[in-house]
Amino acid sequence: MAILSIQNLCVSFQENMAVKNVSMDITEKKVTAIMGPSGCGKTTVLRSINRLHELSAHARVAGRVILRGEDLYALDAMLVRRRIGMVFQRPNPFPTMSIYDNVAAGYLLNGLRLDRRELDALVESSLRAAALWDEVKDSLRKRGTFLSGGQQQRLCIARALALRPEIMLLDEPTSALDPKAAASIEELIVRLKDSVTILLVTHNIAQASRVSDFTAFMYLGELVEFGLSAKMFTAPGDKRTEEYLTGKFG
Amino acid sequence: MLWSLQSRENIFQRALYGSAFLVVAILILFFLTLLFKSFSAVWSNGWGFFTGVVWDPLAGVYGAFPLLLGTLLTSALSLLLSLPFALSIALFLGEFFRKGLFSAALRSSIELLAGIPSVVYGFWALFILVPLIRRLEILLGVVPLGVGVLAAVLVLAIMIIPYAAALSAEVIKLVPQDIREAAYSLGATRYEVIRRVIMPYARSGFFAGILLALGRALGETMAVTMVIGNATKMPSSLFDTGNTMASLIANELAEATDPLYVASLTQVGLLLFGVSALISLAGKYIVRKYSVEI
Ligand SMILES: Nc1ncnc2c1ncn2[C@@H]1O[C@H](COP(=O)(O)OP(=O)(O)OP(=O)(O)O)[C@@H](O)[C@H]1O
Ligand SMILES: [Mg+2]
Repeated sequence: MAILSIQNLCVSFQENMAVKNVSMDITEKKVTAIMGPSGCGKTTVLRSINRLHELSAHARVAGRVILRGEDLYALDAMLVRRRIGMVFQRPNPFPTMSIYDNVAAGYLLNGLRLDRRELDALVESSLRAAALWDEVKDSLRKRGTFLSGGQQQRLCIARALALRPEIMLLDEPTSALDPKAAASIEELIVRLKDSVTILLVTHNIAQASRVSDFTAFMYLGELVEFGLSAKMFTAPGDKRTEEYLTGKFG
Repeated sequence: MLWSLQSRENIFQRALYGSAFLVVAILILFFLTLLFKSFSAVWSNGWGFFTGVVWDPLAGVYGAFPLLLGTLLTSALSLLLSLPFALSIALFLGEFFRKGLFSAALRSSIELLAGIPSVVYGFWALFILVPLIRRLEILLGVVPLGVGVLAAVLVLAIMIIPYAAALSAEVIKLVPQDIREAAYSLGATRYEVIRRVIMPYARSGFFAGILLALGRALGETMAVTMVIGNATKMPSSLFDTGNTMASLIANELAEATDPLYVASLTQVGLLLFGVSALISLAGKYIVRKYSVEI
């Protein structure tokens, strides 16, 4: 049973149709990778899952997104976003907040009350889950922006995890990082899928093949192929997928 | 060829140094001339200049405390009064309605308001604000002067709003989109994003805006002179008349004949210069302390 079902999703910005009739079912506690050349609509798909498009007036979303049987667009957007975490392409910790407050931001921002001990425990477990605890446990009161790029990205992952989301949307989380930091995030993704469903946008074919269970290939706003990664990377069903995988474009 | 590029670079650099030096020199000379011209007054007025509450040129008594108080009081009160409006307009322009007809209309209105010469504000205050205050004073049973500290505060507040609002709106726009999105992606509402992400980030910029506004209020002369009543004494209430440093100089310099009188007026100018400099330095320090390192 799919935790998330995307049905006939279309997204347009004024005249420009960025996502055309995309349907796919996301399996719970697996990693699903979305690949495709730049501008094919990967980010746009992710942002329609946590309804971030509603922030820009000119985005139009049609079709349905079903989260555990409920129409996502019939729910309250704020509550949807608490259930579906997002990590962005560029690390974006809150520059005015300490490391601790960054992790707790979901609670501080939403005015959810937790007592000190609960919050401490939550911050620690989220940082541990993001494999950052050992590096920052002595500087929790320092600004998050003092960390390295890779640490900042893990801080953002911890921030998203702290709300205990059911789904995590990762938009090219390693593209701004060096190979070593990228590798540690990949390890993290594999570890996290025991507890959370992950949707990973990536340009990196090798990365998708290493970490994902399912892969979607998008091209010019359309979903070209979607299925088990093991199959797609060995025997792609569509010619365009094969050309992309062999580096003919993208 | 290489040589000529090099020399052009040198000329350019020298021009830059030259103009930078010129500005510093002007500031120092400006300060020195004020000091020089007011020297006899500094000598003869002594500390009484800062603490004395009587300004009586006929008797040769020059106590500037009521002026200092008048300037600080009108500036601070007008600033306080304008802040909520300025901040609301700034949020409106910088966060809620960045584009669109209404936003454009508001933006142009602000620019126009900021560009109106202060004598026009003074005029308007004299004809509209002062009669209104007089009516209020009759209602409250105080002497219905109309002009006075309150009128000055109100007209200053109105003059300040466009400055503080325009600058703060720019500051709000500078808050990076990606940290706004990060906050929304955690399920924050717009109000929460403004309060916990945008405001803290923009804090030092707001402060800079406030400072600019305060500088304007401190030095504002024309509009204040027209409505404050020009009575150099300690105002007994908001409805009483008073005076500010800038307003006093504008009013009395033309009729000052006694050398000590002129020197004392210059000393008031020096004091105003000092107060403005102090506030701008303190502000710089605070802006630096609270600005966000990236
Ligand atoms: N906020 C927006 N306003 C207007 N057009 C947009 C907006 N966001 C995306 N688009 C357009 O939608 C299309 C798909 O963009 P999207 O960001 O989803 O691509 P992507 O696959 O994530 O690319 P990349 O790999 O480069 O990140 C592009 O043509 C882009 O110009
Ligand atoms: Mg993208």
